[in-house]
Amino acid sequence: MSETKPVKYVNTPICVDFDYTPGKATSNFLRSIKKGQLIGSVCPDTGKVYCPPRSYSVETASPMTEIVELADTGMVYTFCIVNIKFYDQAQEVPYVSAYILLDGADLPIMHLIQECEVEDIRPGMRVKAVWRDESEWTESMENIKYFKPTGEPDAPVGEIMENIRSKSHA
Amino acid sequence: MGDRCAVIGIGQTKHTDKRLDVNQTGMIRESCNRALKDANMTWKDLDAVVIGHAPDTIEGCMTPELYQAEALGMVGKPLFRVHTAGSVGGSTVIVGSKLITGGIHEKILVVGWQKMSESQSTWALSPVIPFQPALMAGAGGFFAPHIREYIRRSGAPEHIGIKVAVKDRKHALRNPFAHIHQESVCEEEIRNSPMLWDPIRFGETCPSSDGSCAMVLVSEKHADRGSAKPAWIHGTEMRSEPTIMPGRDEVNPRSGSDCAKSLYKQAGITNPRKQFDMAEVYVPFSWFEPMWLENLGFCDEGEGWKLTDEGATSMDEGGDIPWNCSGGVLSSNPIGGTGTVRFAEAALQVRGQAGDRQVDGAKLALGHAYGGGSQFFAMWIVGSEKP
Amino acid sequence: MRDIAIIAFGQTENKRTERLLNEAEMIAPVVGDLLKSVGLKRTDIGFTCSGSSDYLAGQPFSFVMALDALGAWPPINESHTEGETAWALYETWVKMQADEEIETALIYGFGRQSMGSPREVMTLMNNPYLEAPIQPDTISQAALQARVMIDKGIATEKDFAEVAVRNLKHAKSNPLAQCSGDFDAETLLKDPTIASPLRKHDCPPITDGACAIIMAAGDKARELCKRPAWIRGIEHRIDVQALGQRDLSECPSAKLAAEAAGVSKGKVDIAELHAPFTPQDIILQKALGLGDDTVINPSGGIHQGNPMMGTSLVRIGEVANRIINGEADRGVAHGSQGPCLQQNIVTVLEGE
Repeated sequence: MSETKPVKYVNTPICVDFDYTPGKATSNFLRSIKKGQLIGSVCPDTGKVYCPPRSYSVETASPMTEIVELADTGMVYTFCIVNIKFYDQAQEVPYVSAYILLDGADLPIMHLIQECEVEDIRPGMRVKAVWRDESEWTESMENIKYFKPTGEPDAPVGEIMENIRSKSHA
Repeated sequence: MGDRCAVIGIGQTKHTDKRLDVNQTGMIRESCNRALKDANMTWKDLDAVVIGHAPDTIEGCMTPELYQAEALGMVGKPLFRVHTAGSVGGSTVIVGSKLITGGIHEKILVVGWQKMSESQSTWALSPVIPFQPALMAGAGGFFAPHIREYIRRSGAPEHIGIKVAVKDRKHALRNPFAHIHQESVCEEEIRNSPMLWDPIRFGETCPSSDGSCAMVLVSEKHADRGSAKPAWIHGTEMRSEPTIMPGRDEVNPRSGSDCAKSLYKQAGITNPRKQFDMAEVYVPFSWFEPMWLENLGFCDEGEGWKLTDEGATSMDEGGDIPWNCSGGVLSSNPIGGTGTVRFAEAALQVRGQAGDRQVDGAKLALGHAYGGGSQFFAMWIVGSEKP
Repeated sequence: MRDIAIIAFGQTENKRTERLLNEAEMIAPVVGDLLKSVGLKRTDIGFTCSGSSDYLAGQPFSFVMALDALGAWPPINESHTEGETAWALYETWVKMQADEEIETALIYGFGRQSMGSPREVMTLMNNPYLEAPIQPDTISQAALQARVMIDKGIATEKDFAEVAVRNLKHAKSNPLAQCSGDFDAETLLKDPTIASPLRKHDCPPITDGACAIIMAAGDKARELCKRPAWIRGIEHRIDVQALGQRDLSECPSAKLAAEAAGVSKGKVDIAELHAPFTPQDIILQKALGLGDDTVINPSGGIHQGNPMMGTSLVRIGEVANRIINGEADRGVAHGSQGPCLQQNIVTVLEGE
């Protein structure tokens, strides 16, 4: 027994499969983006526009029934330059993932910024979606390849975000 | 609050990247045995155990406390599990304290743990879920934009993040239980470390640790039983808010500031910087120190980085309000136990048990944990005197 | 001890598969309707607690997305337990004992077993080094338990079938029930076994569903509810997990919890047992000391539906509702989790 080495590690791989359900509001969003249209839902209590839409206001729990169409332009709220290759990730590094506030929405979405130098990206920069070819559109946010700068003057990011905050309940 | 609650036993493991010498239960028991010894108690003395653990996906087990029940001495007794994301280590302690102050039990053990080495933690924490674009590349990618927004708002200079990392890693050299002991640490080393999620450098991120931390909590009647004077609980609080909400302020989350306000009210804190002797605050990326200094009311909004810059939070610079004397999350991070370590380190300080990392004469300390997308908060105040 | 009561209970219809709604969309209407029924606003709630499982939901931090259903703004005082929601109710009860400023609380649970294969997923509850790798699935484990009972002469396959007959009959009066109907044991016993000696009727349904309870303390409960269901005892205990170390024909932790909760201090009009498998119903009746004068599972029990992680809260809710509406004066609700009834919680509820 004195020769016996301790067992320090056992490898027991796990594989469990799941079927995910996107839910009513996300299904609506995915159907809409398949047609090249971004949509949002309106909180009846605060008037804030959620993109992607929700069935219930995260802020007040009220049902959100009003749907609005949104532009594919907006501004960069804040962003991160990713220099690390993440497991399973197709994206080449470095890339910029940004919170983008679409015109007409009050909730930023996360997407890529390309067609400009990384060091030129800044909060408030105006951007526009670059779509894949229509023949490739599916029920996926990936119908938008990335966002690119429009060259318009920067938006007042602090003021805009403060304005959204001021619409909050209580 | 009914009965008073005291901490009379504290134990943790040496946090490290891989504990191959023990299994999950062995590691947990190591911390519990130390806490029980400190409390001059045995497993048989315990009325209940409250256990905290972040996502079970990390070890590939579902509710592992069920199979651990026997090793935790709980057969025939109550064993309770808490999971509130990254704040769980703190919430677990708070749930335990309510068992005492609510008059349900008199002697309990709380323990938070994680054995990060037992799976691929990035897979476990950030799996690719359909309908959710995978652009964030892990926790760093999630929090980096918030940090950039903080820098934009406050105008803080770049070296602040580096300075916090150096400070906490230097503090860690005083703590034999810290995971990262980087003798050579200096600003140059952190600055030259790879920029992973710009503006977050590798040197400004927390490690993944195997570790466990336990405390024995008792009612007033048993408070003098431990091997050192007790730490008294002066207040506990928890707050949560949604992850994604228009107008939510991720830089200065209201759940954090509301939680602190309610907590401070319980303990009569009106000037945290002056009244606390130290604080153990959940800072997994270095920039969260100035952000939380502001969120927790240690200074006005936009001023947090100035406290860091002038050395107010550093033991080595003789700061007036040392933060994370243990080395903090930047030096040890067993996720489910990380909050418990914060709470326990605060208690160690007011018991005078903190060794080389002891703040002289510490009487009142803050323990803090947060989780999710800066949306779950758990905090407590412990003191050397009865509340 | 502070007097704390359940004043309202609600749940979704129990469905085999919910393919339209996500978790937040399942929970929001249940919680919204419940608050309305007692005249509370979401901002009136002093504490919120939930129970769920990341492995059933197929992602870590699954409870976080459920928070989206609550309107958690301004930020709320909230906690979560990984596991069955009856324990979330216990945590809430403890919190209300300790913090007297909390007058009302919301507890909710959800589970969508249809997303994955619960039989496979639940094998991960076993010791990860020794047992989980050989994948002891829940039905096989319950079959071992059933076999022990038969071998010891405690019950027969017909006794197991009679439990199903009773549950399915009671479920007929439950509009939200997933399975119900009139059956007889002889016919059921003609079915093939899934894992001998268990047949389909001995096993729990696979359910997607959500449920919620509102609790209130003292006079607040009396103000909001004509006849609150007062919690007179709530206790939980756990047994060793390894099946080889247990006498599977008994459930010592349920017995201890029932004694501590004071089940035997009065007549038990109704009891809801969280027995996923029919043999466990028989074990639990004995462990809880229930006699012939107690109506077991008036809701249909596990056959009514099994929104796992919410199932134990449904048991409490079904007892509470019958006290609130005056059908019963005193009832017992039982919840369980872990292989072969490893961990058990017993709640004693009374009307005034």
